[in-house]
Amino acid sequence: MTQSQKTESGLLQVLLVEDNPGDVRLTQEAFKDAKVQLAMHVATDGVDAMQFLRREGKYLDMPRPDLILLDLNLPRKDGRDVLAEIKSDSSLMTIPVVILTTSASDVDIESSYMLHANCYISKPVDMEGFLKVVRSIDTFWLSVVKLPPRGAL
Amino acid sequence: MNERPIRILLVEDNAGDARLTREALKQIKVPVAVHVAVNGIQALDFLYRRGEYKESPRPDLVLLDLNLPKKDGREVLEDIKGHPSLRSIPVVVLSTSTSPTDINRSYELHANSYISKPMDLEGFLEVVQGIEKYWLTVVKYPQELNA
Repeated sequence: MTQSQKTESGLLQVLLVEDNPGDVRLTQEAFKDAKVQLAMHVATDGVDAMQFLRREGKYLDMPRPDLILLDLNLPRKDGRDVLAEIKSDSSLMTIPVVILTTSASDVDIESSYMLHANCYISKPVDMEGFLKVVRSIDTFWLSVVKLPPRGAL
Repeated sequence: MNERPIRILLVEDNAGDARLTREALKQIKVPVAVHVAVNGIQALDFLYRRGEYKESPRPDLVLLDLNLPKKDGREVLEDIKGHPSLRSIPVVVLSTSTSPTDINRSYELHANSYISKPMDLEGFLEVVQGIEKYWLTVVKYPQELNA
Protein backbone atom coordinates (compact mmCIF):
# COMPACT_ATOMS: atom_id res chain seq x y z
CA MET A 1 0.00 0.00 0.00
CA THR A 2 2.73 2.44 0.92
CA GLN A 3 4.45 1.81 -2.36
CA SER A 4 1.35 2.36 -4.45
CA GLN A 5 0.63 5.55 -2.54
CA LYS A 6 4.04 6.84 -3.49
CA THR A 7 3.69 5.98 -7.15
CA GLU A 8 0.28 7.56 -7.21
CA SER A 9 1.96 10.71 -5.92
CA GLY A 10 -1.11 11.98 -4.17
CA LEU A 11 -3.34 11.76 -7.23
CA LEU A 12 -6.90 10.95 -6.33
CA GLN A 13 -8.00 7.81 -8.10
CA VAL A 14 -11.53 7.86 -9.49
CA LEU A 15 -13.22 4.88 -11.11
CA LEU A 16 -16.01 5.83 -13.50
CA VAL A 17 -18.29 2.92 -14.41
CA GLU A 18 -20.23 4.02 -17.46
CA ASP A 19 -21.09 2.35 -20.75
CA ASN A 20 -22.12 5.44 -22.69
CA PRO A 21 -19.01 6.86 -24.44
CA GLY A 22 -20.55 10.33 -24.68
CA ASP A 23 -21.17 10.47 -20.95
CA VAL A 24 -17.68 9.15 -20.28
CA ARG A 25 -16.15 11.92 -22.34
CA LEU A 26 -18.30 14.62 -20.79
CA THR A 27 -17.48 13.43 -17.28
CA GLN A 28 -13.77 13.38 -18.07
CA GLU A 29 -13.99 16.87 -19.52
CA ALA A 30 -15.83 18.21 -16.50
CA PHE A 31 -13.29 16.70 -14.12
CA LYS A 32 -10.41 18.27 -16.03
CA ASP A 33 -11.36 21.60 -14.52
CA ALA A 34 -11.23 20.10 -11.06
CA LYS A 35 -9.21 21.87 -8.42
CA VAL A 36 -7.89 18.54 -7.27
CA GLN A 37 -5.44 16.50 -9.30
CA LEU A 38 -6.97 13.18 -10.15
CA ALA A 39 -6.56 10.13 -12.30
CA MET A 40 -9.75 8.84 -13.85
CA HIS A 41 -10.15 5.20 -14.80
CA VAL A 42 -13.07 3.97 -16.85
CA ALA A 43 -14.83 0.61 -16.76
CA THR A 44 -17.54 0.19 -19.39
CA ASP A 45 -19.52 -2.62 -17.82
CA GLY A 46 -20.13 -4.21 -14.44
CA VAL A 47 -17.83 -7.18 -14.94
CA ASP A 48 -15.02 -4.87 -15.96
CA ALA A 49 -15.63 -2.73 -12.88
CA MET A 50 -15.36 -5.68 -10.50
CA GLN A 51 -12.20 -6.91 -12.21
CA PHE A 52 -10.69 -3.48 -11.81
CA LEU A 53 -11.60 -3.37 -8.13
CA ARG A 54 -10.28 -6.87 -7.48
CA ARG A 55 -7.21 -6.26 -9.64
CA GLU A 56 -7.87 -9.22 -11.86
CA GLY A 57 -6.60 -9.87 -15.38
CA LYS A 58 -5.43 -6.74 -17.12
CA TYR A 59 -6.11 -4.72 -13.99
CA LEU A 60 -3.37 -6.32 -11.89
CA ASP A 61 -1.48 -3.09 -11.33
CA MET A 62 -4.41 -0.80 -10.88
CA PRO A 63 -4.71 1.36 -7.78
CA ARG A 64 -7.57 1.14 -5.35
CA PRO A 65 -9.98 3.95 -6.25
CA ASP A 66 -10.69 6.69 -3.71
CA LEU A 67 -14.13 7.26 -5.20
CA ILE A 68 -16.42 5.34 -7.55
CA LEU A 69 -18.96 6.91 -9.91
CA LEU A 70 -21.40 4.19 -10.86
CA ASP A 71 -24.10 4.08 -13.52
CA LEU A 72 -27.00 1.73 -12.73
CA ASN A 73 -27.86 0.35 -16.14
CA LEU A 74 -24.79 -1.46 -17.37
CA PRO A 75 -24.11 -4.34 -19.73
CA ARG A 76 -22.97 -7.76 -18.49
CA LYS A 77 -23.40 -6.97 -14.80
CA ASP A 78 -25.92 -4.47 -13.58
CA GLY A 79 -24.85 -1.45 -11.50
CA ARG A 80 -27.09 -2.63 -8.64
CA ASP A 81 -25.17 -5.91 -8.49
CA VAL A 82 -21.86 -4.07 -8.63
CA LEU A 83 -22.98 -1.84 -5.76
CA ALA A 84 -24.14 -4.82 -3.68
CA GLU A 85 -20.83 -6.61 -4.27
CA ILE A 86 -18.72 -3.60 -3.34
CA LYS A 87 -20.67 -2.87 -0.17
CA SER A 88 -20.57 -6.45 1.05
CA ASP A 89 -16.84 -6.94 0.41
CA SER A 90 -14.90 -5.97 3.53
CA SER A 91 -11.90 -4.89 1.46
CA LEU A 92 -13.96 -2.57 -0.77
CA MET A 93 -16.91 -1.44 1.31
CA THR A 94 -15.40 1.82 2.58
CA ILE A 95 -14.89 3.25 -0.90
CA PRO A 96 -17.57 5.88 -1.44
CA VAL A 97 -19.89 5.03 -4.33
CA VAL A 98 -21.80 7.83 -6.02
CA ILE A 99 -24.67 6.57 -8.17
CA LEU A 100 -24.80 8.68 -11.32
CA THR A 101 -27.65 7.62 -13.53
CA THR A 102 -30.37 8.94 -15.81
CA SER A 103 -32.97 7.13 -13.72
CA ALA A 104 -34.91 9.30 -11.29
CA SER A 105 -37.20 6.45 -10.25
CA ASP A 106 -38.05 6.35 -6.56
CA VAL A 107 -37.51 2.60 -6.56
CA ASP A 108 -33.97 2.99 -7.90
CA ILE A 109 -33.21 5.75 -5.41
CA GLU A 110 -34.52 3.87 -2.39
CA SER A 111 -32.92 0.56 -3.34
CA SER A 112 -29.56 2.20 -4.00
CA TYR A 113 -29.51 3.71 -0.52
CA MET A 114 -30.62 0.40 0.95
CA LEU A 115 -27.59 -1.17 -0.74
CA HIS A 116 -25.44 1.53 0.93
CA ALA A 117 -24.77 3.79 -2.01
CA ASN A 118 -23.10 6.87 -0.53
CA CYS A 119 -25.32 9.10 -2.58
CA TYR A 120 -27.61 9.07 -5.55
CA ILE A 121 -27.50 11.63 -8.31
CA SER A 122 -29.68 11.65 -11.37
CA LYS A 123 -27.88 12.86 -14.47
CA PRO A 124 -29.47 15.88 -16.06
CA VAL A 125 -30.01 15.25 -19.76
CA ASP A 126 -28.88 18.71 -20.84
CA MET A 127 -25.19 19.37 -21.18
CA GLU A 128 -25.04 22.40 -18.92
CA GLY A 129 -26.90 20.64 -16.14
CA PHE A 130 -24.69 17.61 -16.53
CA LEU A 131 -21.48 19.62 -16.22
CA LYS A 132 -22.85 21.40 -13.17
CA VAL A 133 -23.62 18.12 -11.46
CA VAL A 134 -20.22 16.63 -12.22
CA ARG A 135 -18.50 19.72 -10.87
CA SER A 136 -20.53 19.57 -7.70
CA ILE A 137 -19.42 15.97 -7.20
CA ASP A 138 -15.88 17.12 -7.68
CA THR A 139 -16.21 19.97 -5.18
CA PHE A 140 -17.98 17.93 -2.55
CA TRP A 141 -16.18 14.60 -2.65
CA LEU A 142 -12.75 15.85 -3.51
CA SER A 143 -12.51 18.94 -1.36
CA VAL A 144 -15.18 18.90 1.35
CA VAL A 145 -15.33 15.24 2.33
CA LYS A 146 -12.68 13.22 4.11
CA LEU A 147 -12.27 10.10 2.01
CA PRO A 148 -11.28 6.83 3.67
CA PRO A 149 -7.57 6.90 4.41
CA ARG A 150 -5.35 4.94 2.08
CA GLY A 151 -3.70 1.88 3.45
CA ALA A 152 -6.05 1.73 6.39
CA LEU A 153 -7.14 -1.76 5.49
CA MET B 1 -37.90 18.78 -5.87
CA ASN B 2 -40.76 18.74 -3.39
CA GLU B 3 -42.24 21.91 -2.07
CA ARG B 4 -42.03 20.89 1.53
CA PRO B 5 -38.81 21.78 3.30
CA ILE B 6 -35.98 19.29 3.42
CA ARG B 7 -35.91 17.84 6.90
CA ILE B 8 -32.57 17.69 8.58
CA LEU B 9 -31.83 16.02 11.88
CA LEU B 10 -28.75 17.62 13.35
CA VAL B 11 -27.23 15.53 16.14
CA GLU B 12 -24.87 17.82 17.97
CA ASP B 13 -24.22 18.38 21.65
CA ASN B 14 -22.28 21.60 21.25
CA ALA B 15 -24.81 24.43 21.36
CA GLY B 16 -22.49 26.82 19.53
CA ASP B 17 -21.94 24.41 16.65
CA ALA B 18 -25.65 23.68 16.45
CA ARG B 19 -26.44 27.38 16.21
CA LEU B 20 -23.78 28.00 13.60
CA THR B 21 -25.00 25.10 11.50
CA ARG B 22 -28.57 26.35 11.69
CA GLU B 23 -27.45 29.84 10.71
CA ALA B 24 -25.46 28.56 7.76
CA LEU B 25 -28.37 26.39 6.62
CA LYS B 26 -30.74 29.37 6.73
CA GLN B 27 -28.77 31.18 4.11
CA ILE B 28 -29.63 28.93 1.20
CA LYS B 29 -32.47 29.07 -1.26
CA VAL B 30 -33.72 25.60 -0.43
CA PRO B 31 -36.22 25.59 2.43
CA VAL B 32 -35.03 23.40 5.29
CA ALA B 33 -36.50 22.35 8.61
CA VAL B 34 -33.75 21.62 11.09
CA HIS B 35 -34.39 19.48 14.16
CA VAL B 36 -31.68 19.23 16.77
CA ALA B 37 -30.93 16.28 19.02
CA VAL B 38 -28.31 16.93 21.69
CA ASN B 39 -27.27 13.36 22.41
CA GLY B 40 -27.39 9.91 20.86
CA ILE B 41 -30.41 8.70 22.82
CA GLN B 42 -32.43 11.72 21.79
CA ALA B 43 -31.41 11.19 18.17
CA LEU B 44 -32.68 7.62 18.20
CA ASP B 45 -35.87 8.61 20.04
CA PHE B 46 -36.48 11.12 17.26
CA LEU B 47 -35.79 8.60 14.52
CA TYR B 48 -37.88 5.87 16.11
CA ARG B 49 -40.58 8.37 17.14
CA ARG B 50 -40.45 7.44 20.77
CA GLY B 51 -41.78 9.39 23.75
CA GLU B 52 -42.02 13.11 23.07
CA TYR B 53 -41.05 12.49 19.44
CA LYS B 54 -44.12 10.45 18.57
CA GLU B 55 -45.15 12.95 15.93
CA SER B 56 -41.69 13.68 14.57
CA PRO B 57 -41.19 13.44 10.81
CA ARG B 58 -38.70 11.15 9.13
CA PRO B 59 -35.64 13.24 8.31
CA ASP B 60 -34.32 13.41 4.75
CA LEU B 61 -30.78 13.82 5.98
CA VAL B 62 -28.95 13.28 9.26
CA LEU B 63 -25.91 15.34 10.21
CA LEU B 64 -24.19 13.37 12.94
CA ASP B 65 -21.43 14.32 15.34
CA LEU B 66 -19.35 11.35 16.55
CA ASN B 67 -18.60 12.28 20.11
CA LEU B 68 -21.91 12.57 21.85
CA PRO B 69 -23.13 12.16 25.41
CA LYS B 70 -25.27 9.18 26.47
CA LYS B 71 -24.92 7.27 23.23
CA ASP B 72 -21.94 7.66 20.96
CA GLY B 73 -22.36 8.83 17.35
CA ARG B 74 -20.79 5.58 16.12
CA GLU B 75 -23.51 3.60 17.86
CA VAL B 76 -26.19 5.87 16.47
CA LEU B 77 -24.76 5.39 12.98
CA GLU B 78 -24.63 1.63 13.39
CA ASP B 79 -28.21 1.59 14.63
CA ILE B 80 -29.52 3.66 11.71
CA LYS B 81 -27.68 1.66 9.08
CA GLY B 82 -28.63 -1.65 10.63
CA HIS B 83 -32.33 -0.90 10.73
CA PRO B 84 -34.33 -1.62 7.56
CA SER B 85 -36.73 1.29 7.98
CA LEU B 86 -33.99 3.86 8.67
CA ARG B 87 -31.11 2.54 6.59
CA SER B 88 -31.82 4.54 3.44
CA ILE B 89 -31.61 7.90 5.23
CA PRO B 90 -28.32 9.50 4.26
CA VAL B 91 -26.06 10.16 7.24
CA VAL B 92 -23.29 12.71 6.94
CA VAL B 93 -20.78 12.47 9.78
CA LEU B 94 -19.68 15.92 10.86
CA SER B 95 -16.97 15.66 13.44
CA THR B 96 -13.93 17.51 14.72
CA SER B 97 -12.01 14.25 14.52
CA THR B 98 -9.61 13.78 11.63
CA SER B 99 -8.39 10.42 12.90
CA PRO B 100 -8.02 7.85 10.11
CA THR B 101 -9.57 5.26 12.42
CA ASP B 102 -12.71 7.36 12.90
CA ILE B 103 -12.95 8.06 9.17
CA ASN B 104 -12.48 4.44 8.17
CA ARG B 105 -14.78 3.09 10.85
CA SER B 106 -17.52 5.53 9.84
CA TYR B 107 -17.40 4.38 6.22
CA GLU B 108 -17.40 0.77 7.40
CA LEU B 109 -20.58 1.52 9.31
CA HIS B 110 -21.98 2.96 6.07
CA ALA B 111 -21.82 6.66 6.77
CA ASN B 112 -22.78 8.33 3.50
CA SER B 113 -19.95 10.79 3.87
CA TYR B 114 -17.46 11.95 6.46
CA ILE B 115 -16.64 15.58 6.99
CA SER B 116 -14.26 17.00 9.50
CA LYS B 117 -15.37 20.24 11.06
CA PRO B 118 -12.87 23.03 10.70
CA MET B 119 -12.14 24.82 13.97
CA ASP B 120 -12.32 28.32 12.54
CA LEU B 121 -15.62 30.03 11.85
CA GLU B 122 -15.01 30.76 8.21
CA GLY B 123 -13.93 27.22 7.46
CA PHE B 124 -16.90 25.89 9.37
CA LEU B 125 -19.40 27.96 7.41
CA GLU B 126 -17.73 26.97 4.17
CA VAL B 127 -18.05 23.30 5.01
CA VAL B 128 -21.70 23.56 6.02
CA GLN B 129 -22.42 25.42 2.81
CA GLY B 130 -20.57 22.74 0.89
CA ILE B 131 -22.79 20.09 2.47
CA GLU B 132 -25.99 21.96 1.77
CA LYS B 133 -25.08 22.82 -1.79
CA TYR B 134 -24.39 19.19 -2.54
CA TRP B 135 -26.86 17.31 -0.39
CA LEU B 136 -29.73 19.75 -0.72
CA THR B 137 -29.56 20.67 -4.37
CA VAL B 138 -27.74 17.91 -6.24
CA VAL B 139 -28.45 14.63 -4.49
CA LYS B 140 -31.73 12.70 -4.75
CA TYR B 141 -33.29 11.44 -1.53
CA PRO B 142 -35.39 8.37 -0.92
CA GLN B 143 -39.02 9.51 -1.22
CA GLU B 144 -40.72 6.37 0.01
CA LEU B 145 -41.65 7.45 3.50
CA ASN B 146 -42.05 11.14 2.95
CA ALA B 147 -45.79 11.14 3.32
